Amino acid sequence: MPSTILGKRIKRKEDPRLIQGRGHYVDDIKLDGMLHMAFARSIHAHARIKSVNVAAARSSPGVVDVITGEEIKGKLGLVPCAAGIEGLKVPDHPCLATGKVCYVGEPIAAVVATDRYLARDAADKIEVDYEPLPVVTDPEKALQAGSTVIHPELGDNVAFVARLEGGDWKAVESDSSLKVIKQRLINQRLAPASMETRGVVAHYSPGEETLTVWSSTQIPHILKTQLALMLGIDEPHCRVIAPEVGGGFGSKLNLYGEEGVACYASRKLGKPVKWIESRRENLLATVHGRDQINDVEVYVQPDGKVVGLKCWIIADLGAYHQLLTPAIPTLTALMILGCYHIKNVFVETKGVFTNKMATDAYRGAGRPEATYVIERVMDMVARELNMDAADLRMKNFPSPDEFPLDLPTGVTYDTANYQKTLKRLLKISGYSRLRKEQEKLRKQGKYLGLGLSTYVEICAMGPSSRMPAGGWEFGAVKVEPTGKVMVLSGTSPHGQGEETTFAQIAADVLGIPFDDVTVYHGDTFQVPMGIGTFGSRTTAVGGTAIHNAAMQIRKKMARIASHKLGVKPGELIFSEGKIHTRDGAKSMGFAEVAAEAIFAKQLPEGIEPGLAAHSFFEPSNYTFPFGAHLAVTEVDAETGEIKLRNYYAVDDCGRVINPMLVDGQIHGGLAQGIGQALWESHVYDENGQLMTGTLMDYAVPKAHQFPWFETETMETKTPINPLGAKGVGEAGTIGSTPAIVNAVVDALRPLGVRHLDMPLQPEKVWRILKQHATA
Amino acid sequence: MATEIELDINGKRRAIHTEPDTTLLSALRDQLDLTGTKYGCGEGQCAACTVLMDGSPRRSCLTRATTAAGKKIVTIEGVAQNGRLHPVQQAFLEEQAFQCGYCTPGMILTALALLKSNPDPSDDEIAQFMEGNICRCGTYPRIVAAIHRAARMMRSSAHES
Repeated sequence: MPSTILGKRIKRKEDPRLIQGRGHYVDDIKLDGMLHMAFARSIHAHARIKSVNVAAARSSPGVVDVITGEEIKGKLGLVPCAAGIEGLKVPDHPCLATGKVCYVGEPIAAVVATDRYLARDAADKIEVDYEPLPVVTDPEKALQAGSTVIHPELGDNVAFVARLEGGDWKAVESDSSLKVIKQRLINQRLAPASMETRGVVAHYSPGEETLTVWSSTQIPHILKTQLALMLGIDEPHCRVIAPEVGGGFGSKLNLYGEEGVACYASRKLGKPVKWIESRRENLLATVHGRDQINDVEVYVQPDGKVVGLKCWIIADLGAYHQLLTPAIPTLTALMILGCYHIKNVFVETKGVFTNKMATDAYRGAGRPEATYVIERVMDMVARELNMDAADLRMKNFPSPDEFPLDLPTGVTYDTANYQKTLKRLLKISGYSRLRKEQEKLRKQGKYLGLGLSTYVEICAMGPSSRMPAGGWEFGAVKVEPTGKVMVLSGTSPHGQGEETTFAQIAADVLGIPFDDVTVYHGDTFQVPMGIGTFGSRTTAVGGTAIHNAAMQIRKKMARIASHKLGVKPGELIFSEGKIHTRDGAKSMGFAEVAAEAIFAKQLPEGIEPGLAAHSFFEPSNYTFPFGAHLAVTEVDAETGEIKLRNYYAVDDCGRVINPMLVDGQIHGGLAQGIGQALWESHVYDENGQLMTGTLMDYAVPKAHQFPWFETETMETKTPINPLGAKGVGEAGTIGSTPAIVNAVVDALRPLGVRHLDMPLQPEKVWRILKQHATA
Repeated sequence: MATEIELDINGKRRAIHTEPDTTLLSALRDQLDLTGTKYGCGEGQCAACTVLMDGSPRRSCLTRATTAAGKKIVTIEGVAQNGRLHPVQQAFLEEQAFQCGYCTPGMILTALALLKSNPDPSDDEIAQFMEGNICRCGTYPRIVAAIHRAARMMRSSAHES
């Protein structure tokens, strides 16, 4: 029977409260006696701290306490790093600096006051006596002998070197018929810049000895464990609540020092303490994304078949590790082959310390970098061999019957049909017609470019064997005596609309109206266990746990109903709020069976009372969504300005539960991926000062910069979970960045432009046009 | 020196204490519990804090509370009337024109001001008018679609009445 609710454009449960300003984000929480915290931060990128004078701050109006790094030494644990990389160097990362600072914005001291403005004013009165040290912001310079070493106790600035190798390189390197194409590609640093900055309210209740923390986080359960460890509190006494969260994009998949200090202050003072990050702090001291240098080399047969790829990655990690900092570039290595069956691979990833804020997960987290490398390279190969970019890609795709496909990178792609999405893309975009238009315009001296990107990403993170904190997810379903259903999820959505998706999944299994299901997440006292929302895992892993829990409920209800109705459980159908035989002759209401189960008067033998079930779903592999994108760009010959004329995307994220939400995720992903290609860049100067510290300087995309996106989805269901869903949160970001750059380089092909580094701001393009005009 | 002033917010007179540098955003959120208006940057660069002042969109983070005295202020809490969503809110729902919802109050109020001055805006006019409002979730194309939808709804209800 086809589902009446899965695959439907159902409006979000979340929306009525959000549209009226009634959602409660962290800063909307007010508690009696609540105090406010502000931080004094380093103004130097690298310096010894000779002294911290807090006297003026202490006597400032409204100040209750000032907390320094010296005070918390030994009392508050270090900021944790969970990345499991062999030989990884992990520098001590205290919540407040002592002795030295390693990046601009590093917290040095915290002021607690009766209101946030008084706290801020007092924090500005903290006097820090610095002895500046040499600064290194360029990771290549940080690797040179004689460079200043940021953490001298670790020997040098190399945090780790990871090598990944597969295939038969002897054979490849001795084959003189192969063409070798080399290129350096830069994946610039970005700011996640969620609209809601970070924030925390910590409330230690001395009576109950319980710490309650409201945090703008993607991972309440992991945060709870880590805060308990940091503070030395028994974990059952620690509760984390992620209320409404105004975007995260990976930046809130973390534990930050400020959160630790807020909890410490609350416990010390016996009062609730709130800290809300300012926008400048957000751009400065919330993790950044990307920042890789990729030197790539491909080996190609004369017919266009790519047989080998080597890549040397220099990943700028910043000064310290945050939760997953070093793990991110290792995902780049894992996905470097994209959707091509390239049999030989070599990747060396070097993680390097610099005097900057840490990089960590930002939408895509390592995969956009990989996709950028392979998709730029495929365009370069096509051009070198004078082949069409689409034809070259088709030539290198594995055929759909080769899946599951083992790659020499060590991953196994679950299932795909890359030909199908690309063919569809070429059709809906009118690709061959666009090529003709391009030819015509070129004759008129106009620059129209077509940029393809066929991507595959790694999602549904992931098997526990590959995830430091486990990769399962928790889901629970409870039927109330009234027949209404409560769903609990260990994931922590923050704008994705999963309250709706999860309700659809539960309603579908139980055959009840969507409105009868209420979904809760984000509170560790309500949801017993959980991992969180990141890595496009929420539906595929978290949704499956709910599906599996609902199946247990259904099985039990079928047994109870069959006992009452005198039929076999297998003969019963759950639909439209009823449990009935196929012919409808025998039927009970869903609520009626729920009451039977809970009031427990005449249960069949061996059936326990109650209707509550949970599941820990452990995926056996990642999933690998894929798609094909085409950007059509015009370059203004006078100004160098790039106009994105059209954007076409065909994405296959497996089973689609709610097309409206999937499209929304694609749209949002596109905006961020296009943002990286054209506008965004988080820039430090050589002294380690952030040059893009406000939203005036950091170019977050705006409304007038986008055309309407032409999007379509296809469905190749994954065998990894019973829903068949793969994940879609990051697809748009991963696919779009290379499509845009490929389009602009294609537009400028008549000028002999082979490559341009991002972002493709008008000045950069104008200089090239100008150069060409004078040449 | 703190002084007490009265503001006209969502049609009600509300008393607040202000220092000379108290922002309207702070007065709304910290004193009046109108937390639907959001802090995004405090520098007028994101428009999450937008309210209407005598019908015009204003960044409440850059507006001193004292300058709001004597003006009619509308915040997101005052947009729905008698439990009924405004057509702009309804249209944002229909088009699913937001995700995390944090920029949404500012978007809705800016859109209200646009449709008041231009009941039938073009794509370009919408994009230009909304240019200062940042949505990091990237829902812009849907915001444009939602404003078109709201414009249609408002024109047809104006026609009926």
